[in-house]
Amino acid sequence: MTETTNLDKPESQVAAIWRQFREHKGAVFGLAVLGFLVVFVLIGPLLWQAETLKVSEALKVKNQGPSLRFPLGTDQLGRDMLDRMMSAGQVSLAVGFIAMMIAIFFGTFIGILAGYFKRLDGPLMRLTDMFLALPLIPLLLVMVMLFRDRIAKVVGPEMGAFILIVFAIGLTSWMHAARIVRGEVLALKEREYVLAARSIGAPPRRIILRHILPNVISPVMVAATLGIAEAIITESVLSFLGLGFPPDFPTWGRLLFDGLQYMQLYPERVIWPGLAISLTVLSVNYIGDGLRDALDPKARGR
Amino acid sequence: MRDLVKEPLVQVEDLKMHFPIYSGVLRRHTGDVKAVDGVSFSIQPGETLGLVGESGCGKSTVGRALLRLYEPTAGRVIIEGEDIATLDAETLRKKRPSMQMVFQDPQASLNPRMTLSAIISEPMVEHSTMSADERQARVFELMDAVGLNRRFANRYPHEFSGGQRQRIGIARALALNPKFIVCDEPIAALDVSIQAQVVNLLEDLQDKLGLTYLFISHDLSMVRHIADRVAVMYLGRIAELSPRDALYAQPLHPYAEALLSAVNEPDPNRARRERIILTGDVPSPANPPKGCTFCTRCPKVMDICRQDRPELAEVQPGRFVACHLYTKAAGSTGASEVYEPTQQGAN
Repeated sequence: MTETTNLDKPESQVAAIWRQFREHKGAVFGLAVLGFLVVFVLIGPLLWQAETLKVSEALKVKNQGPSLRFPLGTDQLGRDMLDRMMSAGQVSLAVGFIAMMIAIFFGTFIGILAGYFKRLDGPLMRLTDMFLALPLIPLLLVMVMLFRDRIAKVVGPEMGAFILIVFAIGLTSWMHAARIVRGEVLALKEREYVLAARSIGAPPRRIILRHILPNVISPVMVAATLGIAEAIITESVLSFLGLGFPPDFPTWGRLLFDGLQYMQLYPERVIWPGLAISLTVLSVNYIGDGLRDALDPKARGR
Repeated sequence: MRDLVKEPLVQVEDLKMHFPIYSGVLRRHTGDVKAVDGVSFSIQPGETLGLVGESGCGKSTVGRALLRLYEPTAGRVIIEGEDIATLDAETLRKKRPSMQMVFQDPQASLNPRMTLSAIISEPMVEHSTMSADERQARVFELMDAVGLNRRFANRYPHEFSGGQRQRIGIARALALNPKFIVCDEPIAALDVSIQAQVVNLLEDLQDKLGLTYLFISHDLSMVRHIADRVAVMYLGRIAELSPRDALYAQPLHPYAEALLSAVNEPDPNRARRERIILTGDVPSPANPPKGCTFCTRCPKVMDICRQDRPELAEVQPGRFVACHLYTKAAGSTGASEVYEPTQQGAN
């Protein structure tokens, strides 16, 4: 084991992390599934073009089951489900990841500030409590009502809805991450290696970046993977309430709710988007799990 | 004995470190834990000052306040002519390389997510403009100096034994060529067989690099081995500060006497020293006794001890004791005729 270690230069972090990540079977499986989903929604539309049908033709082929012509069937208006699933996936995945990143960024930032700087702890945590106490859905509704038209004027209705939803979800789901991070930071900053860094004369920002942030990565990872699932579902709730994307704009959540009315007659209409959401959430969870282990030198090489 | 005419490297004057207590619904300031309450001493260049005392007497707090890891409540800490206690942040940062610390728990004092080489080079990243290659060369140099195999550079702290981890901590402390190192119980968490290695390493480094140590420990035998002078602390104050040999031959302060009587004698044939067993607990540092802090447990307690707090005074050349037995008011030195039964809990 020692013989294979490079004598002079440390092995690069990235290589070591990747080596450990591959050890985790679930994580590799998750990465493959997520990769497949991303390819499906991004490359798929280039390979599969739905036929453009006239309204009268479309109505004749409505509510069909899977066939060679429509691999995933058609919906109640005769639209090709495969095509809808693919374009819906682009939006849902983008919303999930970006909203999660916003939430994690704010949560970690606020959690670290509150945990590390004693003076900020009170105000920031009360702010967090306040956000937690707010009823989420009405708040989102108000936000969307207030800003939808204004943003739509600047960047167009679809992009506007996207930005609004991503930020609305991100800004209303950072609280749990902030609490978790604050707790971790409070414990970490009393550790002797943080004291050692202070005795070396490292300024707070470098102590935070070098010693505290890498050590809060595990709980953040868990919060992040759960956050993606939550964001995708919150988006579908908003769309369902008519406050997300425009009705004809497909997202997985939207398709799920559209299919709900026909569930007993055409269960596949619910199964496709449901399966896509579940697979995304599951694979992201596994990837997060593997990444957490790979980032921890203690678990590495076990 | 050392020549005291030399300018001391470290001079501590009346250092106080009080931690506030907040209580009640309104979190009002209701008192202070006087962890360190008026400590003064000086350390000559190249000297090792041992700091001993039981748990909770403020040893580690002194060490940390000395490097201003805590903001001292009062007092001055002069290291190389500059008062550390009042320096502004940037000047203090510039000053940091000359004073470093070795921590008690080698497991906790190393970041588990950094490789050995990253840990040792961290001080250099902070304080020098060395290139990555120069830093790596210096890391290897330091690893050689503390006896770590160069092959270990890319490993993580959890892959090492306690003794090796402590060597990493020492290498990190040495990275910037400090003059003064506070060793905060560096051997307390180690196996006995490893303790000697680490202490010998510290001694070798002192000889080679001319280091000055403040060696904090509760292991009296180890302090006897490494220290030139020893300060005995009790409840935030120094009870006795004496040259090592004089202290171990004849402790003057009753507390130092009791403490030293607890040291094991390895030779069974030698006459066993009378053990002095103190009864009762250390009083709370939030509410110390009015007079001498030791008066609740002292076997030689006198009335004056409960009233007046004795100051640290030189009673023999080079020996400082804070005890009324040696002040003029109480008369003769080493008076054991003023014996009173110990009264528990009496303040």
